[in-house]
This record gives sequence, C-alpha cells and structure tokens, in this order.
Amino acid sequence: MNFPILSSLILLPSIGALFLFFTKSDKKNNFTGKYVALFTSAVNFFLSIYLWILFDPTTSEFQFVEERIWIKDLINYKVGVDGISILFILLTTFITPLCIISVNNSIKERLSEFLIAVLIMESFMIGVFCSLDLVIFYLFFEAGLIPMFLIIGIWGGARRVYSAFKFFLYTLLGSVLMLVAIITIYWLNGTTDVVELYNSGVDIKYQNLLWLAFFSSFAVKTPMWPVHTWLPDAHVEAPTAGSVLLAAILLKMAGYGFIRFSLGLFPAASEIFTPLIYTLSVIAIIFTSFIALMQEDMKKLIAYSSVAHMGYVTLGIFTIQQQGIEGSIIQMISHGLVSAALFLCVGVVYDRMHSRLINTYGGIVSIIPKYSILFMLFTLAALGLPGTSGFVGEFLILMGAFKDNFLVAVIASLGVIIGAAYMLWLYKRVVFGKLINTDLKQMFDLNRSELFILSCLAVPTLVFGFYPDPLINTIEVSISDLIDQYNFKLASKT
Amino acid sequence: MENLQLVLPEIFLSLSIMFLLILGVFKKNSSRLVQSLSLAVLIVTAVITFNETIGINETKLFNNSIIIDYLSSLMKIITLLAAFLVLIISSNYLKTFQIFKIEYPILILSSVLGMMVMINSNDLIVFYMGLELQSLALYVLATFNRDQIKSSEAGLKYFVLSALSSGLLLYGCSLIYGFTGSTNFNVIADQLNSNEYALTFGIVFILVGLAFKISAVPFHMWAPDVYEGSPTSVTLFFTMVPKIAALTVFIRFLYVPFLNLIDQWQMILIFLSIASMLFGAIAAIGQTNLKRLVAYSSIGHVGYALAGVAAGTNDGIQSSVIYITIYILMNLGLFSCLLMLKRDNNYYEKIDDLSGLSKNHPMLALSLLIILFSLAGIPPLAGFFAKFYVFKAVIEQSMYFLAIVGLLSTVVAAFYYLRLIKIMYFDEQKEKYDTDHGFWLKFSLTASTLLILIYFIFPSQLIEVVSRINII
Repeated sequence: MNFPILSSLILLPSIGALFLFFTKSDKKNNFTGKYVALFTSAVNFFLSIYLWILFDPTTSEFQFVEERIWIKDLINYKVGVDGISILFILLTTFITPLCIISVNNSIKERLSEFLIAVLIMESFMIGVFCSLDLVIFYLFFEAGLIPMFLIIGIWGGARRVYSAFKFFLYTLLGSVLMLVAIITIYWLNGTTDVVELYNSGVDIKYQNLLWLAFFSSFAVKTPMWPVHTWLPDAHVEAPTAGSVLLAAILLKMAGYGFIRFSLGLFPAASEIFTPLIYTLSVIAIIFTSFIALMQEDMKKLIAYSSVAHMGYVTLGIFTIQQQGIEGSIIQMISHGLVSAALFLCVGVVYDRMHSRLINTYGGIVSIIPKYSILFMLFTLAALGLPGTSGFVGEFLILMGAFKDNFLVAVIASLGVIIGAAYMLWLYKRVVFGKLINTDLKQMFDLNRSELFILSCLAVPTLVFGFYPDPLINTIEVSISDLIDQYNFKLASKT
Repeated sequence: MENLQLVLPEIFLSLSIMFLLILGVFKKNSSRLVQSLSLAVLIVTAVITFNETIGINETKLFNNSIIIDYLSSLMKIITLLAAFLVLIISSNYLKTFQIFKIEYPILILSSVLGMMVMINSNDLIVFYMGLELQSLALYVLATFNRDQIKSSEAGLKYFVLSALSSGLLLYGCSLIYGFTGSTNFNVIADQLNSNEYALTFGIVFILVGLAFKISAVPFHMWAPDVYEGSPTSVTLFFTMVPKIAALTVFIRFLYVPFLNLIDQWQMILIFLSIASMLFGAIAAIGQTNLKRLVAYSSIGHVGYALAGVAAGTNDGIQSSVIYITIYILMNLGLFSCLLMLKRDNNYYEKIDDLSGLSKNHPMLALSLLIILFSLAGIPPLAGFFAKFYVFKAVIEQSMYFLAIVGLLSTVVAAFYYLRLIKIMYFDEQKEKYDTDHGFWLKFSLTASTLLILIYFIFPSQLIEVVSRINII
C-alpha cells in the first residue's frame, strides 16, 4: 500500500493541535503558536494539491482508498475520494490557513485555544468529505459540533450563548435521526460501507423513511427553509474566522451529503421527494432573498444570502441533470470562496469600527479604496456576474433546472434579480454615498495580512469564473456515472 | 463436596471483612491501615475472581442456587474495580469532613460482598439475601456524615423507601414461588405456564423492586434526594457500583426464568427505559445542584442501559454491559472533578460554582468538557459508542420507537450538559479552587478522561471482552 495520503490529511491538523496544546500559552508563545498552526495547515494545503495532481479524473472509481479494521466484524475505517469529494477537501485545506491568518486582527484572547479548535475542525471536515463508511461519516459529521460550539460560544459576540446553543441543538436534533437510519441500513444490508451499498442498493420498501431521516439532518445543516433560523444567529455572533469556517465549509457538508448519500443510496426516494426539495429550494431562494434585502446588519444579510445560495445548490442537485449537479458543486465551491471573503470583508470594517450595522458606514470608498475594490469584486461574484465563479455555478444550475422543470427554473431565475438587488444595495450603502459618520475618517486601509487573504480568495474566484475547466474536468466523470447509476437503479426497480 | 474454589472470592472477601472489623476495633487510630488493607482486599478479590472463574464454563453450585459464568465473573470484576476506585479517591473528602473512620471501607466491602452474591444468584432467596446485604450497608453509608442533617435525612429516606420496595420484591418472589413451586431460576423456567396471570404479577412486583434499586423512572423518587444528601464520595459509590449488580440481576432474572414470557416483560422494560431517558433528560434541566443534576443524569443513563436489556437478544445484553462500563468510566471522571471543587476545606457543589472554571483551571475544565460531551453522547467520545451499540441492538429488533425516543432525549439531555460547559467556558471567573489534590484523584481524572478521549482508537477491545457473554 502506498503512502496513506488521506489519513495524513485528516491527522495532520490534529497533530498540529496536539503540538499547540503542549506549548505554553504566554504572550510570546502565542506568536509561535500561530506559526505552528499556519505551518500545519499550509502543509495540509500543499498535500491536498498534490492529491489533486495525482487524482485521475477519467474514472469514477474511488481513489486513494484506505481500509482498516476498526470495530471488528462491524465497521471498517475506510476513506477514499472521487471527483465529487476531492474539491471539497481542497476547499477545506484552502480556507483553513486563511482563517488562521485572519485571527491576527480579530481574536484577542485565548489565541492558542482558538487555533486548536480551528485545526481540529479542519481534521473533522476533511474526514467528512473522504469517509466511505456511513458510521465514520456520522462520526466526523457530528464531532464537528464540538469545536464549532466552542468557537461561537467562547469567542463570539454579545448573544453568543444563545446562538451557540441554538446551533448545537438544531444540528444535533437533525442528526440523531440520521443515526437511526444508518443503523437501520446496517441492519438491512449488513454493512455500512458506502461502496458496497452503492452496488447492492437499499431495500426499496425502506427508502422513503431512510431518505427522510438523512434529509432531516442535511436540511438543518444546509440549511434549507424553514430550518435555517440557526444560521443567521450563528453567523452574526461567531467571530470572523468562525463565520468563515461555517459558511465556507460546514454548510457544504450537507450538500455533499445530499449528492453522496441521498442520490447515491436512495434513488427511488429521491425521485419521490424531488418536488419537496424543489419547493423548499424555491422558497429559500425567493423568501430569504427578500429577508436579506431588509437586513440592517451586514453579517445577517450575508447569512441570509447564504441560505438563498444553498437553495440553488439543493435545487441543482435534485435536477439529476449533468449540468445541474455540476453547477451545484461549482456553486458550493464558489460560495465557499465568496462568502468566506464577504465575511472577512465585514470583519475588516468591524475590527476598525466595532459595528456591523450598515447605516454606520457610507462613503468609505475614498477612505479605504483597496478594500472597496476587493469588496466590490466579491459583491459581484455573490450576485453571479459573468466572469466570476458565482456565475458558472448559477448558470449551470439554472440550465439543469430548465431541462427538468420549467416553472421552478423561471422562479429560481427571478431569485437572481433579487440577489443582485440586495448585494448591490448593500454595497451602495456601505461604500458609496456621502460620508456622514466622521469617525470613519480614522479608518485605515487593508493591512498586509488582510490584503493577502482577500487576494488569495479573489484569484480563484476570477480564474474559475473565466476558466472553470479544471473544476468541471475533475467532477465530470464522477457525476455522469452517478447519474447513470441513479437512472439504472430507478429503472431496474420500478 | 462442592467445588469451593469457585466461590473463593466471596469467602475471601467475607473473611477479610471480619478480620478488618476486629482489627479496627482493637487497634486505635487504625483508619488509615484499614483503608489500605481494604484496597488490597478488593484488588486481591478481583485477582482471585479473574484467576479462578473467568475462564470456566457455566457452573452451578449449592443445589443450583449459585451460578458462576462469564457474565457473573465479568460483572464482579467491574464491581470490585469500581469500588476500589471509589475508595481510593474518597479519602481526602472524608478527611476534610473528619469522617475518615474504619467503618467506611468496611461498609463498602460489605455492600460489595452483597453485590457479588446478587450477581452470582440463581435463586430468589440467594438474590434477596445479597440485595439486603448490600442495601443495609448502603443505608449506613448514606448517613455516614451523621452531623449533617441532610445526610441523615438521605439515609432515612433511602431506608424507608428501599424497605418498601424490598417488601414489594419479596411479595413478587412469594407469588412466583406459589405458582411454580420453587425459588430456583432454572426450575421456575421449566415449570413456567404462561397462562398464569398471577405469575405476571409476580414478575411485575420483582421488576418494581429492581427498578427501584437501579433508580429507573417511575421508581426514582429517592435518587435525587439521597444523592444530594449523602457525602459526595458515597454519592459516587451510589451512582456507579450498585447499578452494576442491579443490572446483572435484571439480565439474569429476565433471561433465565422468564425468557418465554418476553412479550410480557418487554413492554414493561421499554416503558421503564423510555420514561427514564425522557424524565432524566427533562428533569435535569432545572437543577442548580450538581449532585442532583448527576442524579437525574444517572436516571437517564440507566434508561439507555435498560433499552439494551429490553432488546431481548445477546447483542442487547452485551450492549448494556458496554454501556454501564463506559458510564462508570464517565461518572468516575465527573465525580473526580466534583471532588476537586474545594476551597478552604469546603466543597462546592452548586452549578454556579463552576463559573469561569476554564480560566482558573484550564486542565480541569478541559477534562470536564470532554466528560460532559461524552455523557451527552457526541462522537468521537466513548459515550457515543455506548449509545451506538445500544441503539444498534434495539434497531435490530425493529424497536424504532424506543430508538427514536431515546435519541431525541439525548438532544434534550445535551442541553443541560451544554449548560454546564457554557458556565465553565463562557461565564466570568470566580475565586480559584485548591490545587493540592491527592495523587489518586488526579490519576482517576486523567485516566478516565484519556480513556474516554481515545476510546475511538481501540473500540474492538471492549467488544471482545463482552462478546463472550452468552445468556440465551
């Protein structure tokens, strides 16, 4: 067996965290602690790039598979990647170092503990994306709650306790039903190995209930309307780095879960429940876009826009069209980059003015021009302007939707307009206009680390906007195979 | 001549108790000596049990009234080790209250002896004898801090209610004897005629008695008061050790004589389990005293262990043994933390006393954090696996309702565990606590926390240990 690259990806951040744990945390060592964390996550990023280079996009088989006996006669530790999961791993390893750089400006106390939480979080999230066993998946999926709870609760804003509890209990409530479903699958098929389950299929009698159980977990995590209410609270109260992790990666676990498990394991049920998903997605797109329009808190606005964007994602996944699912994955990657950047942008002005309210600002374009340019880029990417990665995702999703259901596609397209409205209005109110609040004059422009982070996020946003081929090439075969499997299973059982 | 070797652990333990009692009476100021000797006795008994009985096949002694098999040996060893740990970490607490007396270890040994008899029993009379032996010692232990009115109240309350439940239990035994003509479990199994409704009454009465001992809802009323009033080290003993024996008797009693009546007792167990899980979770939310909170949380955990028993399969029994083992481990850690909340010879047991613990005592808070998340059943900590095995056994029997209610009540329970974490980590700090804890207290906290944390790396070991339990 070759070098266990996936296990290394999972383990490395935890080892870094362990190392941090044993370094004393006085002021001076905090500094070195940061470099330790940055170093580990950077190594992890390069390792994942290496993984992407080695990755063979011409097959839909799982690659780099590692399998070990874990609980005897019960569960094997099995990890592997295919075209669907590898991009999420890259996203995770890309965002985490940026988060670690960004703590410079926002986290003032208990820095090394914060870094430990972030690194452990990275481990868990990579674990989610590459586990090929339902129990292992559940393990990582749930374990992520612990560090996130602490990140929101310890380093959050004024209402952090309420938000942390809401976040934890909402997601836990959704997930326990998934655990019942996983055990039921084990009882039905005698295995929780995803590859074997793909081949053998799940008994059609149980599919509907199992699908609903998985749905309850993923719907909360996505989040879909009407169980999205934890998200704005969690985002608003979390520290900037926490919001970035939450928006960029945590939300993607559910979208990934929908593709991997709902479509892969329960095709018959997915077919039945597609109208439900369409309805909820369309409501999410239109309804939360209107809510976003009325927000006065910048973070809340972006949080609601996340719900709307994830509405496109779920819509795209359940079109079961090549373009739709491709679009969903690209939309998730793009949203990962763009929403992370937007939260960082809010973080930048918040660190200076300690206010997230939109009406505090106005007319800052002449004071901090560099910031204004980058903020504009990400605003445009969020509303899906051609030339940014947001456009590619939305366009493909809508194309898939038009093939499947005309009405839904038309309504979803209208959401794009509202999306443009609230993003542009936000930008206009914050950056343009008359400079009324004179305190704003003391603001200084982006410092080096902020400029570095935002540029890092801007580059892929633009590159993949003009040239999305690397992404599409990676996922194409896996998705077409998934759809073939899906249609084959559907045809053979009905 | 029967093979006395197999009951050597019990014989050794009872002789040691008598010896220690005499030693304690005749030698002045010997409490430290008796304590150390008691610890040695517990370890030696565990070693004897391991050597003499763990490998043998099922053997019945004394007119089939005592059974020695893998389940009984394993449970005895767990009991002995748990009692050892309780004894070793409680000495500082006892010294603080000036109740570090010779009676304490001797009473613990006596109640352990009673539990071992219970675990061995294959006969209603033997079982009852063991039960009373352990209960009598426990009543005295509950009042051990006799200068405190709460402790006396706890002991008295426990005594009155426990006597009532023993009466019910005995009445059930007499009904069963009346309808089957024997008190022996195997004979009862042979004589069983499921048309006798009075027999079902007998089972119900005995289950009520047992549910009382294990503090399952709706027979839990004594637990919060007794747990709160008793000295903390005794509470630790209450939450861990008697539950092992009671669970074993639950298993033995339901699966040996009454396996054929599974339809009738399964409903009762499912009810007990669901009621305990839900009530334990909901009632704990409003508590302000840590010991009361632990009482309700232990009621909830008993519910999960009973869910495994309710499944009616070997898998179910094994899962409940795993559950109770992991639960003991978590409880040990939790109480080690409680015993560390000490300042100027005063122990603090209010929830608010945890406030800001993470700033003053980061390691203590971190350990407690891990233990609490594990108690809440969040992966990848040990508590999750305990629940996973139980619910796997339950779902394999298609008891979805039980599984779903159980898992939903973990969400409710997560709330009050999170509340503790919130107080430790999100609230403002208070005065510092003492840090000069004894070696064994630190050891038990560190060891239990580490085991909980790294259990997921070696999950197979515990399964292998319990997989030899074979009742049906």
